[in-house]
Amino acid sequence: MSGLDDGLLDLASVAVLALGVAALWRRDVRALIGLLRAQGVALALVASVEALAGHDVALGATAALVLAVKAVAVPWVLGRVAASDPGAREGAPLINVPSSLVLAAALVGLAVVVGAPLARLSSGHAAALAPLGLATVLVGYLVLVTRRRPLSQIVGLLIIDNGVALVTFLLTSGVPLVIELGGSLDVLLVVVVSTTLVGAMRARIGAEELDELEGLRD
Amino acid sequence: MTAYALSAVQVLAVAVGGLLLKGLMAKVRARAEGRVGAPVTQPLREVVKWLGRESPRATGGTLMGVVPVVLVVTTALAAALAPLAGVGTAGAAGADALVVVFLLLTGSLALALGGLATATAFGGMGASRAMTLSALTEPALLVAVAAFAVPARSMNLASLVRHSLAHPTGVASPSHVLATVALLVVVVAETGRMPVDNPSTHLELTMVHEAMVLEYGGRDYALVSLGESMRLGLLLGLLATLAVPWGVATSDSAWALGLGLVFLGLKAGALALGVALVEVRSAKLRLFRVPELLAAGFVLAALAVVVGVVVR
Repeated sequence: MSGLDDGLLDLASVAVLALGVAALWRRDVRALIGLLRAQGVALALVASVEALAGHDVALGATAALVLAVKAVAVPWVLGRVAASDPGAREGAPLINVPSSLVLAAALVGLAVVVGAPLARLSSGHAAALAPLGLATVLVGYLVLVTRRRPLSQIVGLLIIDNGVALVTFLLTSGVPLVIELGGSLDVLLVVVVSTTLVGAMRARIGAEELDELEGLRD
Repeated sequence: MTAYALSAVQVLAVAVGGLLLKGLMAKVRARAEGRVGAPVTQPLREVVKWLGRESPRATGGTLMGVVPVVLVVTTALAAALAPLAGVGTAGAAGADALVVVFLLLTGSLALALGGLATATAFGGMGASRAMTLSALTEPALLVAVAAFAVPARSMNLASLVRHSLAHPTGVASPSHVLATVALLVVVVAETGRMPVDNPSTHLELTMVHEAMVLEYGGRDYALVSLGESMRLGLLLGLLATLAVPWGVATSDSAWALGLGLVFLGLKAGALALGVALVEVRSAKLRLFRVPELLAAGFVLAALAVVVGVVVR
């Protein structure tokens, strides 16, 4: 790999992590979907830089698949649900925003310490970045457990998925195309099913905040 | 000898340049709102005018006479130490990032004490708010500068700038970009610009900085105003130097130093223009939302440090 490739890989991997952290900061659900779209683009960039550097056609196809699913299809599905409830905001997350941001900084530090053995798995430049993928997974978990709105929780789940994908691309230069195809379709399916569920909940109960679903009614 | 001359020129540049930057930002805002606006030199003229007036002080207001001097002197010291136009300032060997941050913090602390000294409701409220925000911005400032220091393995500002001049591609590294954004958030908060504080109001319950200095008048107010705009100039200059170090003079020749000064003015002016344009487009955040912005700045700075360590 040349210096330019390394630099692009650095920037794109850090962008995946930074956009994940930004999801903790924004409250507007539509802004979260925008962040997810940008994260998908950064992830596809990671894959395509590796494909170009390794002259790997299959990895190039994987990059195109990632772009199509994570930067176009999934945000589109989520955007349709969000459009039916404009102005939806994450009112009061379980941990307030400043604390969760500081917690995210701590989690990133933890991921780098714990992920040090991951970085030693291979001697290449890309492997050294693998702890950033682990950090993205942890930040995604934080979004998932502290947010109350189902759509924000789906975004958290997808950030975890993007983190896992980042680790895969960095450590093994991607998995075979068939497996990636299956994984991407799974993600798309999960998003479609859960957004349908959110729509059904909203239609039947009129609310979607999970805390409001504790009591029974006729 | 050149070192002392450079430091003196830098202090003068920050003092005059800070006031001009303030005027420039007001001008940009006026133009964007469709007004002609006051000339860019207006803050400079105002300070000169106020300097010739006597200062009314509240009873027990001895501290009010001390605070403006402390603010101006600490900011001037920081401006003399930091590598703004050239790296060879007087005392450059001791120009640690921690020292510069400490000097800035001393100024903020003096202002807050001055706000409390008059025992008015507004002063106390402003001081309490300023300290709350400062408790969040100072760590972010330190961590952001630390992120710039990671590649050079030194907190000394001069050697840090020398290192990044010798490695020009480092400017595009992710750690550098993140630290620049974090420092930008800090600068906006520290200088009380728009999303955090509204610099153009005097009668609003949400104001932070203006509430602290409401009781000052005459020469005292001139010094407070000068100190504040010096902070603006210093922080913008420091941000420009750390983010885009090109043009900072590493030699002692008068040509290089002059060129460094011109570059400093251009970079700080461009930054001020950017900040002013963002200001025009943004509304002031609610006070309780400001910690979210500052925490975002802090986490960006922390990310920058971690990334700087991971990515070599």
